[in-house]
Amino acid sequence: MSALTAIFIRDMRMSVRVGGSALMGVLFFLVVVTLVPFALGPDLALLGRIGPAILWLAALLASLLALDRLFATDHEDGSLDLILTSRAPLELVVLAKGFAHWLTTAVPLIVAAPFVGIFLNLGFRAAAAMVLTLLVGTPALTFIGLIGAAIAVTLRRGGLLLAVLVLPLTVPVLIFGVAAANAAMTGPVPFGTPFMALCGLTLASLVVGPFAAAAALRLEIE
Amino acid sequence: MAIVDWANPSRFLKIANPAIKWLGGFTVVAFAFGISQAIMAPDDYQQGATVKIMFLHVPGAWLGMLGWLVMSIAALGTLVWRHPLADVTAKAAAPIGAAFTLMCLVTGSLWGRPMWGTYWVWDARLTSVLVLFLLYLGVIALWRTVEEPSRAARAAAILTLVGAVDLPIIKFSVDWWNTLHQGASVFRLSAPTIDPSILIPLLVMAVAFTLLFVTLLLAAMRNEILRRRVRSVRLMQASVAG
Repeated sequence: MSALTAIFIRDMRMSVRVGGSALMGVLFFLVVVTLVPFALGPDLALLGRIGPAILWLAALLASLLALDRLFATDHEDGSLDLILTSRAPLELVVLAKGFAHWLTTAVPLIVAAPFVGIFLNLGFRAAAAMVLTLLVGTPALTFIGLIGAAIAVTLRRGGLLLAVLVLPLTVPVLIFGVAAANAAMTGPVPFGTPFMALCGLTLASLVVGPFAAAAALRLEIE
Repeated sequence: MAIVDWANPSRFLKIANPAIKWLGGFTVVAFAFGISQAIMAPDDYQQGATVKIMFLHVPGAWLGMLGWLVMSIAALGTLVWRHPLADVTAKAAAPIGAAFTLMCLVTGSLWGRPMWGTYWVWDARLTSVLVLFLLYLGVIALWRTVEEPSRAARAAAILTLVGAVDLPIIKFSVDWWNTLHQGASVFRLSAPTIDPSILIPLLVMAVAFTLLFVTLLLAAMRNEILRRRVRSVRLMQASVAG
């Protein structure tokens, strides 16, 4: 078994435990979506119109939750040093960790999104569009978040700083994600236009994220 | 037999093993009777056969709330009396209560689609039951996140007692707010407003589901006691070997 596969499986196992990011992420997603009607009022028409935006924001915040501990736990117990001195390329290790994080944190969100969309009066088209945009957009969130997680790895109370660093970088993903979901709900922009832009953002983040995160890790861990 | 005699887990296991079998038998009989009653019950003149979703929806709601009540009493047992079985009861009751609350939410949603035209509406009753469901999930997560059982018990006990404020909110939500969900028809100060031809099957199904709840609770408590024993044995082994 190669080092990358081993790291991937280890990260998957750690996330899936309760207290790990998988179940907590979905629960947080559900709680945030439940909070919104308390703030906005129960008007179902309004909720249906802004439903995609609420779901995207909640998905963004839920993905952000788990990023904090992604590299920090490894740094604390010393495995990050071992990874840095091993022969596996750090960029690929970061890619493997990011992929494991996406599978365990974002995929449950994508599966839960249509059901949670029922609470927001999302129709079938909007729900299907949400699932597609989340499927394509959440890897971008994960891999951009990796950069912030790597920068904040040595900090003890890095959580909020991480959010402050990462959230502005994820704004384009949010814009195109919500635009694509809204385009499916109403006209006149066709769904494909913002969706293609979203795909492009994700592909770019798949490359930039690991390289930037690896560089940050090398700088932080001297 | 004083309550303190029940505190011994081994004694509990000795009582629970036959009790689970008997209660399981009663549950099956009650469900057989209840389902036959439900099938024979008349259709509503307005709702047709969909009124029979009530036979799942209402017991689910009652038992979801009963589950949290059981957990609250167990929480008092943990915090005030340090009763050893209280921890076990609280941990065992949480997933069962959550499942009944989920059944209530899902059947209610499916009932709402033909009746109200929507799967969900943010009225007081539905929202407070959804909050109860989220509280259940939170308590279950808390139980499993804290490693040491007695510390987890104390943390969960406090969360349970705080969350118990939702129970009267659910009950009185249809009185305090203008809700789409109908008002109280069974548990009210004057007589129930449901016709006996539907009320009787409802009560029979409620009894059947309650027996199911108790059976599952005892079985889950038994599992939890055995799980803790396995954990103690493992810890002892590890300390001896190391």
